[in-house]
Amino acid sequence: MDFGLTEQEEILRRSAREFLEAECPTSLVRQAEESGEGHARELWRKIAGLGWLGISLPEQFGGTGGSLTDQTVLFEEIGRALTPGPLLTSSVLAAQIVLIAGNDDQKTALIPGVISGEVILTLARGDRLETASRDGGLTLSGDSLFVPYAGLATNIICATRPAIRAWPDTTLVLVDPKAAGVTMTSMESIANYPQFLVDFDDVPLTDDSVLGQTAEGMQALDLAVRRATVAQCAETLGRAQKVLEMVVEYAGRRVAFGRPIGTFQAVQHRCADLRVAVDGGRMLTYQAAWKLDQGLTADDEVSMAKAQAGMLSRLATEAGHSIFAGISFTVEHDMQLYSARAKISEANLGDTEYHLDRLAAQMGS
Amino acid sequence: MDFNFTLQQEKFREELREFLTAEVPVEKQEIFGLLTEEQYQFGREINLKLAERKWLAVGWPEEHGGGGKGPIEQGILAEDMGYWRVPKSGSIGLGIVGPAIMVFGTQDQKDRYLPAIAKGEVEYCQGFSEPNVGSDLGSLELRAERDGDEYVLNGSKMFTSYAYHANYMYLLARTDPQAQKHRGISLFIADLKTSGISLTPLPYINGEMAAQTIFDNVRLPLSCLIGEENRGWYHAMTTLDYERSGLWRYANVRRVFDDFVEFCNGSSPDGGQPLAEHPLVRHQLAQRRLGMETWKLLCWNVAWMQSSGAVPNSEASVAFLYGSEERLRFAEMAMEVLGPYATLRNGSPMAPLLGNIEGIHREAMHLHGAGTTEIHRNIIAQRGLGMPR
Repeated sequence: MDFGLTEQEEILRRSAREFLEAECPTSLVRQAEESGEGHARELWRKIAGLGWLGISLPEQFGGTGGSLTDQTVLFEEIGRALTPGPLLTSSVLAAQIVLIAGNDDQKTALIPGVISGEVILTLARGDRLETASRDGGLTLSGDSLFVPYAGLATNIICATRPAIRAWPDTTLVLVDPKAAGVTMTSMESIANYPQFLVDFDDVPLTDDSVLGQTAEGMQALDLAVRRATVAQCAETLGRAQKVLEMVVEYAGRRVAFGRPIGTFQAVQHRCADLRVAVDGGRMLTYQAAWKLDQGLTADDEVSMAKAQAGMLSRLATEAGHSIFAGISFTVEHDMQLYSARAKISEANLGDTEYHLDRLAAQMGS
Repeated sequence: MDFNFTLQQEKFREELREFLTAEVPVEKQEIFGLLTEEQYQFGREINLKLAERKWLAVGWPEEHGGGGKGPIEQGILAEDMGYWRVPKSGSIGLGIVGPAIMVFGTQDQKDRYLPAIAKGEVEYCQGFSEPNVGSDLGSLELRAERDGDEYVLNGSKMFTSYAYHANYMYLLARTDPQAQKHRGISLFIADLKTSGISLTPLPYINGEMAAQTIFDNVRLPLSCLIGEENRGWYHAMTTLDYERSGLWRYANVRRVFDDFVEFCNGSSPDGGQPLAEHPLVRHQLAQRRLGMETWKLLCWNVAWMQSSGAVPNSEASVAFLYGSEERLRFAEMAMEVLGPYATLRNGSPMAPLLGNIEGIHREAMHLHGAGTTEIHRNIIAQRGLGMPR
């Protein structure tokens, strides 16, 4: 039993924090938000240069081959800095699908590009995406909601409903977003988070666009989603930890009734509660990462971590806006950047209720 | 990161479980809110048997009669004992007094007190709170006055758990009334048979018989002083942080939770569909499962810190606070799910889980041990987060 980080992980944490504090100030986060793209190209290039996009991708494709624990350490820092860009979507969620389901050619064609940042992958899911055989080839039709970063994507992985007889499994297909029949509409989200409605109108697919076998994509999708969910939890953790530090610092210098508000127990106890939730979240998140690293399915552990992350997000948001009070209601103050992104993370990859329901199903009920 | 136990630790747990399965039959297991004398004595017997195997103080150094292992093994013991509902005894000696003597005691004190604790032969109680002093413990009033080669103690201690079973009390007394409040306190071990000590019964709502302990010109030899005179507050607070993993308490509650989940998966008390098929119940069970897992990890975090040589402080408060509140959340949830059945006590033929739910709800009112939840929040904020006083 060892709940500490290795020296290398500590170095990763420190260097990531230093880099992001210098290169990803909240002014940049605001710019990325205002642009509507949710992306900062210069930062993206530098992040790719640091190898972060390949942190847990195999060395044979140019990745670092790190553990999920390494990835968790990194995503805590990414969350803490509110780092814009499709890090989680492209380099974890979608890249893992390619890695798990794809053949060698597909991996060679995509993974090195993901790591260098030139390829940006996203994932489109939903019951309304359907692949069908027509004239000897596959076609894709239907639409998918909440597709993150579709506007930037060089390739979209679609998790589609296969021909009726193979239901309920999934066929994973790679789609060129510029192909005829693909249209995207921005969904106008909180903090301008780039999520899209993507419509596929009888898009013809080539044979090599199927990742893995037709109607056998569910397992790969599940595993990739689990890994991405842990990264999402880590982001939440990093953000909540930062909010905690921000409010503690502020409460120590903001004076009311002749004393720093941090001396009031009402304020202290709110901070203490957030600290308890951060500690709990850290244990649950690293436990899930560690279990996946051991090759275990970790279904329950991932669901517990994500369900807790949602609650942690809400607690951090409440503590932040309550202790910063009036000033945090202004656009100018950074707290709103944290609370908006907390909601995005909470909804992404299954919210608290969804994961509690999964947990309940595992408990025999 | 490594969430695994070593092979030796797993083997220890396996052996321990074999032992507990053989030695602790269901009918002897403790029921929440119903601690009988017979059950307490049974717990003492189990401790003696554990001690024969050097398991009782498994984490203590061998020179003091321990098993020579560490806090992780001690945690495994606590977790399994709690889960097997072994009636608790000896915990203050093992968890608080022993470690304090190891750090601050003289060689003579170590020889006198430690082996007896490790052998499960003695029971200790703790004398911290007083009738007028609880959370503001530094204001304690029980006086210990030096008189030749003795200390003379006058005053009273409150909420003395185990008082009627204990041989000794580990207590804080004021030795210098002139000094600033935390700097005039000393730590003692008092033999409860000493003349002038008397007990007034103080029954608790969880079925336990505690006491108020009165000290009337009680004379203790100087050798009863632990550590330096007037440094007792600091000695006591340092060693309180040693044994705070709280794994026993966690596992004790976890057992009832696991039983409750099983109960909800069976047919409901009024013969209808299983409670767990109700969406609201499912949701609550899942929430508490998450809470229990969080609690467990926070406890193990404390044990791990100890095993790595760190002294957990606010981390222990995090685990303790979380545990107190999680236990209450579970108790309230179970009461809500069971409706009027939850009010049935042990002895009622219709009481679910032998009345453990009714009992754990009373036990969950214990929100003050080792500091109230508010005190733990203060500790987390001030010592953990460095917020101003």
